[in-house]
This record gives sequence, C-alpha cells and structure tokens, in this order.
Amino acid sequence: MSFTQILFYFFSIVLVISATGVITARNPVYSALWLVLSFFNSAIIWMLMEAEFLAIVLVLVYVGAVMVLFLFVVMMLDIKVEELRAGITKYAWLGLPVALVVIGEIGSVVWVKSSGSAPLGLSSVASPAAYALDYSNTKALGQLLYTEYLYPLQLAASILLIAIVVAIVLTMRKRPGQKLQDISAQVAVKASDRVRIVKVAAVQPDADQQVEGQS
Amino acid sequence: MNAIPAFVQPLFNFLNLPEWLQFVLWTAATAVAMFLAIIIFMAFLTLAERRVIGSMQARIGPNRIKVFGLPFFRGLAQPFADVIKLMFKEIILPTGANKFLFILAPLLTAIPALATWAVMPFWPGFTVADVDAGLLYILALTSTGVYGVILAGWSSNSKYAFLGAMRAAAQVVAYEIAMGFALVGVVMATGSLNLGDIIEAQRGGIHHWLFVWLFPLFIIYFISGIAETNRAPFDVVEGESEIVAGFHVDYSGMAFALFFVAEYINMILISALTSIFFLGGWLSPFAEMQSLPAILTTSGLHWLVFKICFFLFCFLWFRATFPRYRYDQIMRLGWKVFIPLTLVWITVEAVLAIFRIGPFARLMVG
Repeated sequence: MSFTQILFYFFSIVLVISATGVITARNPVYSALWLVLSFFNSAIIWMLMEAEFLAIVLVLVYVGAVMVLFLFVVMMLDIKVEELRAGITKYAWLGLPVALVVIGEIGSVVWVKSSGSAPLGLSSVASPAAYALDYSNTKALGQLLYTEYLYPLQLAASILLIAIVVAIVLTMRKRPGQKLQDISAQVAVKASDRVRIVKVAAVQPDADQQVEGQS
Repeated sequence: MNAIPAFVQPLFNFLNLPEWLQFVLWTAATAVAMFLAIIIFMAFLTLAERRVIGSMQARIGPNRIKVFGLPFFRGLAQPFADVIKLMFKEIILPTGANKFLFILAPLLTAIPALATWAVMPFWPGFTVADVDAGLLYILALTSTGVYGVILAGWSSNSKYAFLGAMRAAAQVVAYEIAMGFALVGVVMATGSLNLGDIIEAQRGGIHHWLFVWLFPLFIIYFISGIAETNRAPFDVVEGESEIVAGFHVDYSGMAFALFFVAEYINMILISALTSIFFLGGWLSPFAEMQSLPAILTTSGLHWLVFKICFFLFCFLWFRATFPRYRYDQIMRLGWKVFIPLTLVWITVEAVLAIFRIGPFARLMVG
C-alpha cells in the first residue's frame, strides 16, 4: 500500500465516522460540528485526487460560510432533538427500502468495475496518471467552464440569482407598525436639528438667580 | 517546493539522510523558523500597540520592565512579563460550560491564523509552501477562523459571550464576501492565484503596483480586513461597553491569551496580505532609481516588513482615533456599500481589459 493509499483510507475512515456523527449526535450543535469535520475530510480526499480547486472551494464555501450560518441558526433556536425523534419508529420502515436501494446501487457500481479481477478491490480500477508538478487544476477548470460550458454556467448562475431574489422577496414582509431606521436621514442630520442654542442674558450676582436667566 | 540551500546540504550529506527525509526536515525547519519569527513579531506588536496608543492619548504606556535590568529600552520586556503572568494563571472552567468545546475554541482560532502563513512569500524565491492556489488557500483558512469565536461564545453558556459570538458570525460572513470580491479584482489584474506570481506581476516601479489601478479595492480590502480581525472600530464582537468582553468574557489564563495571539497574528496577516496584493510585497518602490543606496533599490524581506509595519501602525492609529461603529451600521457598510462597490470595480476592470488598458491587458479577451 502506497503512502497516498494509507492517507486515503485514514481520511475516509474519519469521514465515515464524522458523517455518522452528524446523524447520531443528540446536540444539534455537535451535529453541525461533525458536518464541518466531514467537509474537511472530503476536501482532503479531493486534494489527494489532485482536485485542489474543488477541495479549497469546498472549505471556503461550505465550512467558511454555509456552516457558520448553520451554526448561527442552530445556536439561536432551542431545538429539542428528542421531540423531533419522537415518531421515528413510526416512519423508520420507509427509510429501510431507501437505504437498501442506495446500498444496492453502490454495490452494483463496485461489482461492475471490479468484475473480472479481485472483487471490491480499489486496485482493480487503474488510477489515472499523476499530473506534472506545475499542472494547475484551477486553470484547467476555468478554461473549461468559460469556454465549453459557458452557457450551462450562465444558466446556473441566473438560476441562483433568481433564487436569491425570490428568497429575499418571500421573507421581506411589510407589516404595519414596523420601526425602521432611515440611515441617510441619520447621516444627513445637522447639529441645528438636534440642539437649540439659546441666548441667555447675563445675570447680576445680587439678582435672584432662581427666576432670571431660566427662560 | 523550496530547494535546500547550499549551506545545509553538507550537513545532510554528512548525516547520510535519504532525499525525502532531507526535504521533510528542511520544510519543517523553515516552518518552525517562520512560526517563531511570527510569534516574536506578535509579542512586540502588543507592546507597540500600548506604547503607540499611549502616546496618541498623551500618556506613557508600559515603561517599567527592563531586559535583564539594562538601563535602556525600558518596557521592552513587557510582552514576556505578560506571557509569564498569563501562563501561571488558572484556566477557570465555568460550571455550565461545555468543557470540550470551551477548551477547543481558543485552539480553533489560533491554528488557522498560524497555518495561513504557510503560503506567504517572504522574499524572492522563498515560501514555506509554494501552493499554486495560494490565494484560495488563504481565503479558505481565514474564513474558518471564526469557528473558534462562535464556539467560545456558545460553550461558555453566558448571554454576553453568546451575543458576541452571534455578532462575530454575522460580521465575518458579511466582510468575507467583500474581501473575496476585492481579491477577484487582484486576480483579474495579475492573472494568477499564486502569491509569488502576484508580486512578480507588479514588478517595474511603484506605478505598476496594483493600488494604483485598484484603489477602491485596496481601501475596501484593508477596511474589510480590519472588520475580519474584529479590531476597532469594528470590535463590537468584544464591545466592552455593551457586552462586557463578548465571546471571551469567561476565559482566563492562556486560553484567554490564545484569542489575543490569534487576533494579533491575524492583524499581521492582513497587513502582509494587503502589502502583497496591492503594494507589491517585497518589491522596492525605488527599483528604477539606481543612484540610491543598494538597500533601498533591492527587493527583499525588509520592504515587506516595512509595509507590514505601516499597515499595523494604521491598525493602532484607527483604534486610537475612531469611535466604535454601531452594529447595524457595520452590517450596512459590509452588505450595502462594500459589496456593490467591489462589483462595480470588477466591471470597470472588465471594460479596461477589453480595451487592453493597464495591467488588465494581460487578460486574454476576445
């Protein structure tokens, strides 16, 4: 077994453990943290496959932004996992056939790939030749995306844009009695709007100070 | 990959080490050296901050602790005194705290702050890890630093700490986008994601540096950097006046110190990145003027350190002069001002590239 394979198996095992942790953890914050760990491990596995752009972007987008917002929501809401799990035995039988189908699919892929040689062996699939040291995965991906797959990319981008706009429109409710700050009005405020300077006549020391000068 | 320099090679040959072990040892040695240099730089930055802000506020600042009792440079040993004091303090675990995450959180802030330095080009031809997608690596790691703050706030089981954590999460996500867009502008102008190549693309005198063409992005990047490091005037995450000390209110001893180690290292990091992306990193501004002494015209580490120190001084200067932003205004600045501005400037760059003006002619258009 080569060093890369040892790394692959190590990170795959951690990935499987952390993915199991996501669904078994009782605390939703722990679930989210397990998910972060599994993202990191999948990024490392991609890195082993020389897909460094995908690996870094996975960490950047999912770990750096999406999961931060996830944690934000999970921490804010007081989610009781026990209550959510109350009816799990009622619906568990539905999950069973789905799981069987998925296992069958994975098994058949492995079976087809490994037919003829040792079953379930990764070595039965020839690994692609490693690229030269100066090969840039990022550059190759960019060249493909912006030439050959330009229209699908633009289409995906516009779908995402529409989704963003729709999400904002759906959640922005105008209800009566809302108190909003008008920042431009706050910035444009002058000292004369807030403070009134009053000329007060000078008072003689012997005069009655309680009455005079307090207009 | 760094070539092993000639002065180490005889030692490795003498020890008769295999080639891969030589490589591993040399990389580890450079990494440790860089780590120590950054930690020492950070230690003196804390002293510099107190002295600079002290002098801006017409007071003296720490001036007591002398190096081995020497009569000059009074106060120079202050960082070491602080470290020794913090090390011997008890780390108190609050009763209701989540113990594991409470201890893990400071480590999670400090580790990404240090790991980011791996791809930093220090002088021509030297980087600990010359990664091709170095810029993406930096973006990815700096964005994971916020986990420590969020977990610290949540695990302390305190309302003040939790409010600080919520503020940190929202603020960092908001300013990361503006920072990312500013870097898109840099990548468009230099045509590379490798930090060394980004510096090389700015060679040829001060007018080739990117801050000339990308001035709005330069300003936005630096301000977003201040917001990312949670420094004044964007330090609502700590916000002493409203939420006591924010996310680290329950921390003590070295666990508390680690948050500050991370914060100061991130300050140095942002200063270094701003100088690399917009001010030509280790390039000399007087490279064309041969009449000047050689130290001014040659590119090297001294120029990078000088630029870093300039930005660090700006960090301290801002802290001493600006009042703290209101929280909703921070959000407004990030989402409604910086992101549209960066998008506009990226469009301007695209137009300049089409007409092949300035450094954007590098882009292969049409």
